[in-house]
Amino acid sequence: MELQAVLMAAGGGSRMTDLTYNSPKPMLPVGNKPLMWYPLNLLERVGFEEVIVITTKEVQKMMSTDPKMKLDVKMKLDWVCIQEDGDMGTADALRHIQQKIKTDILVVSCDLITDVALHEVVDLFRAHNATLAMLMSKAHEFTETVPGQKGKKKTGNQRDFVGVDQSGKRLLFMANEADLEDGLSIRKSIMRKHPRMHIKTGLVDAHLYCLKKAVVDFLTENKSISSIRGELVPYLVRKQFSKTTNSQKNKDDAEDQNQKKNDGSTNHELLISSRDETLLQLAQDRSCWNDHHGDMSEAYHGGKLRCYVHIMDQGLCYRVNTLAAYIEANRLAPKLFEEPAVHPSAVISERCQMGSDSIIGAQCQVADKTSIKRSTIGHSTIIKEKVKVTNSIIMHGVIIEEGCNIQGSVICSNAVISRGADLKYCLVGNGQRIEPESEANTHPYIHKHTHILYIYVYIYIYI
Amino acid sequence: MADSGVTGEFGSSEGKDLTKEEKQRLRKEKKQQKKNKEKKDDKASQESEKEKKSATSAAPASQPPTQLPAQKAVPAPAPVPVPASEAPAPADKPAKSKAELKAERRARQEAERASKQGKKGEVGQQASTGQIQSQHQLPEHIQVDNPDVLKKLAKKLERQQIPLRSDYGYKVSLFSHLHQYSRKAPLTQQLSIPSTVIHPAIVQLGLQYSQGIVAGSNARSVALLHAFKQVIRDYTTPPNEELSRDLVNKLKPYISFLNQCRPLSASMGNAIKYIKKEISNIPSQCKEEEAKSKLLNCIDCYINEKIVLAAKAIAKYSIEKISDGDVILVYGCSSLVNHILCEAFEKSRKFRVIVVDSRPRLEGREALRRLVQRGISCTYVLISAVSYILPEVSKVFLGAHALLANGYVMSRVGTSQIALVAKAFNVPVLVCCETYKFCDRVQTDSFVSNELDDPDDLIVTRKGKTQLEDWHQVDSLGLLNLVYDVTPPDFVDLVITDLGMIPCTSVPVVLRVKNVDQ
Repeated sequence: MELQAVLMAAGGGSRMTDLTYNSPKPMLPVGNKPLMWYPLNLLERVGFEEVIVITTKEVQKMMSTDPKMKLDVKMKLDWVCIQEDGDMGTADALRHIQQKIKTDILVVSCDLITDVALHEVVDLFRAHNATLAMLMSKAHEFTETVPGQKGKKKTGNQRDFVGVDQSGKRLLFMANEADLEDGLSIRKSIMRKHPRMHIKTGLVDAHLYCLKKAVVDFLTENKSISSIRGELVPYLVRKQFSKTTNSQKNKDDAEDQNQKKNDGSTNHELLISSRDETLLQLAQDRSCWNDHHGDMSEAYHGGKLRCYVHIMDQGLCYRVNTLAAYIEANRLAPKLFEEPAVHPSAVISERCQMGSDSIIGAQCQVADKTSIKRSTIGHSTIIKEKVKVTNSIIMHGVIIEEGCNIQGSVICSNAVISRGADLKYCLVGNGQRIEPESEANTHPYIHKHTHILYIYVYIYIYI
Repeated sequence: MADSGVTGEFGSSEGKDLTKEEKQRLRKEKKQQKKNKEKKDDKASQESEKEKKSATSAAPASQPPTQLPAQKAVPAPAPVPVPASEAPAPADKPAKSKAELKAERRARQEAERASKQGKKGEVGQQASTGQIQSQHQLPEHIQVDNPDVLKKLAKKLERQQIPLRSDYGYKVSLFSHLHQYSRKAPLTQQLSIPSTVIHPAIVQLGLQYSQGIVAGSNARSVALLHAFKQVIRDYTTPPNEELSRDLVNKLKPYISFLNQCRPLSASMGNAIKYIKKEISNIPSQCKEEEAKSKLLNCIDCYINEKIVLAAKAIAKYSIEKISDGDVILVYGCSSLVNHILCEAFEKSRKFRVIVVDSRPRLEGREALRRLVQRGISCTYVLISAVSYILPEVSKVFLGAHALLANGYVMSRVGTSQIALVAKAFNVPVLVCCETYKFCDRVQTDSFVSNELDDPDDLIVTRKGKTQLEDWHQVDSLGLLNLVYDVTPPDFVDLVITDLGMIPCTSVPVVLRVKNVDQ
């Protein structure tokens, strides 16, 4: 077997608590399918037959009881449940399932929506015998106004600096702005080997990684690493150029010096050689190929640990971890699957004006004289007469009474919008009830208990 | 002999499609043919000398002994009046003059040769009706402009569950009979990601071939054998099957896959023949673990003997030919020539090297790097300057991709040009080649059988401008990126092999000796 797929679905969604405080992030509906469906669909399309899903018990129950899921996802899902409240990072989760892992792995995050040709990433992993291959994408600006937030969102100083070589495939440098307090410094040894480096900042990390099995074994030895993205990947990128992993020339020096031995032992775990290392070496020696030109070193500069990245410049790639991304994803995700926009079991009266880019879920009831444009309506939603819904996301089980006008808003499950409400760019939480004839602009209606201070601040501004 | 063995097995993969009844029918027809042959013995022995080429239905005895009976080649079953071939000398005619026996033997040999040619031509055909074929059948990979051949190839690949790689771009008319693929459309696009049909080691190897990461005939053969070792390690015999038959059948789709990624080289072809022979020779009572370890040992021995030790032997012979003060010209990056020069330098011969390079591959840069790293003083020129630099040169060392049976040397495109100019300047040309690259094929020009590389490699960006970017739009423009060419033996003064230093015309002798050994 070549690759085992691992889906990380235990994340909390810390950057969109408005949506996730009641329903777990993997089950958030995007285009009327749970968020988790998208990476599973990607894996299934490409040809995987089994996926190890690491998630919480709640999500597993919700997914197994959903009958539609059973039809949509034909792969065998191996559920591994972990505690939700525990501080388990992604690397900790890998350590937890170390027993199940028999070959190289492909780690996917549950909030990834993409139509990438996965073979591009995996081909880099195979062809160069890489330790890590990952996917990144050029970031797109989010143009939609985010409900519940006044004004433009500040671009936080959390940029990622990614350094790639001339071909754009080899990963040379990766750091987050938060870690670079004294400025960005690059080691001379890297510059000597790769004199031309392109440093990019506008990239979105898709959190899709191909890792060698040796890395998982390495994680079990080093229990200090808890996050793949935050710690493991930068560590591997740095270790490519570490002195002890490199050329045979230095090997004798390293063996003499005792202090390097300790570093060496951790490095050599990552470089578990195959059984026929001499043959591979012979083939590489006789091959007239080199990945770089102009200096005296052999292919890959003799380095055994290599990290590669595939940067997508066209196509969809979204990580749904903020509200803005969630809204954008809802707009574009329907392009990924060919199901009809209107579910056959939805009851839509003839005098309803529905745009072609709207999606109506199963068992909806849409009454007369309603207008639905550029919106997503979840299943079992009831929309009464004379309702205008534009640019909004309405989740399951919502009741919208007559005469409402909803624009640019997100309405979570089981909410009730009473008669005549006029909502613009609002966020209505689970099970909330909006009073009749209320008018609100950029107002998050969230669970009273947790965010009471929040609401009062906003009311102050209005009055 | 070995060639027909391979083609016979290709034929037998179609033979599996024929049901048992059809196989029985074929056997009956063959028996009938034998009876007919014995009757027409005398007449036919005279006729066969006139009929040189007549592909016949293969009689069982013509097959090499290593083939197992179940894998008999199954071409034309219809009885054909065949010149007496494999039929044993009729016992009812004891009194025969020496001349008649000679004539019979000659007839038998020619019929064998004709039947071998026929078997070769039936590669890729699903022959269910017999025909007398008077034309020589060509292999599939040089008949790309023939839609029937393409259809047969597509069917064969579909049966083996391997995706078909489609040709790319406009092909120059002289070479439209060859495949031309694009590197940007790898075969893995159409495979499932955890590849289940094809062993992951083979997928990795195919990718490395198509992207050029493993290039050079020695490197490709070693990498191929390494991948086969992994396949053999992970192989388990299914129940009711024999390892010797099943493993060979498992390897066939892998070989088709690798062929689709990049056409096989002659050295790889010979290595595959060797492995298939070794696998077929495993006795059926051998246990699986023992058989597998035996095979892995065979592979290691093959690499050691034919590649590593051969390189040492060739270096030893070549060093005799390098004298102090020599100026040696090399072309491109041949692993063997680099090895020789490094060894000679270590034996403290004083010489300098001129590395000639050519676009688009620019492999000479790698050769230059390796030589300079050792401390050899080198000069670097492009092939357009070769007539300028030749007056300085005392010897030319060339590597070879394959040595053909008529003494022609198949090597990287540009080699024949260098040999020609060297001949004009009276500079001796020495070709270094291991014996495992010797090939039964005969070719006198570079058009018939060659490899077309990705035409987009010829596109280069200088000062921000890419002139050939839209070459597809220009109807009358074709980009040609040839990989190989053949050098006639008149331009080659000596071939240095692990068997010694031989003239180019002795290649068929070596082949014959090798075949008798095997």
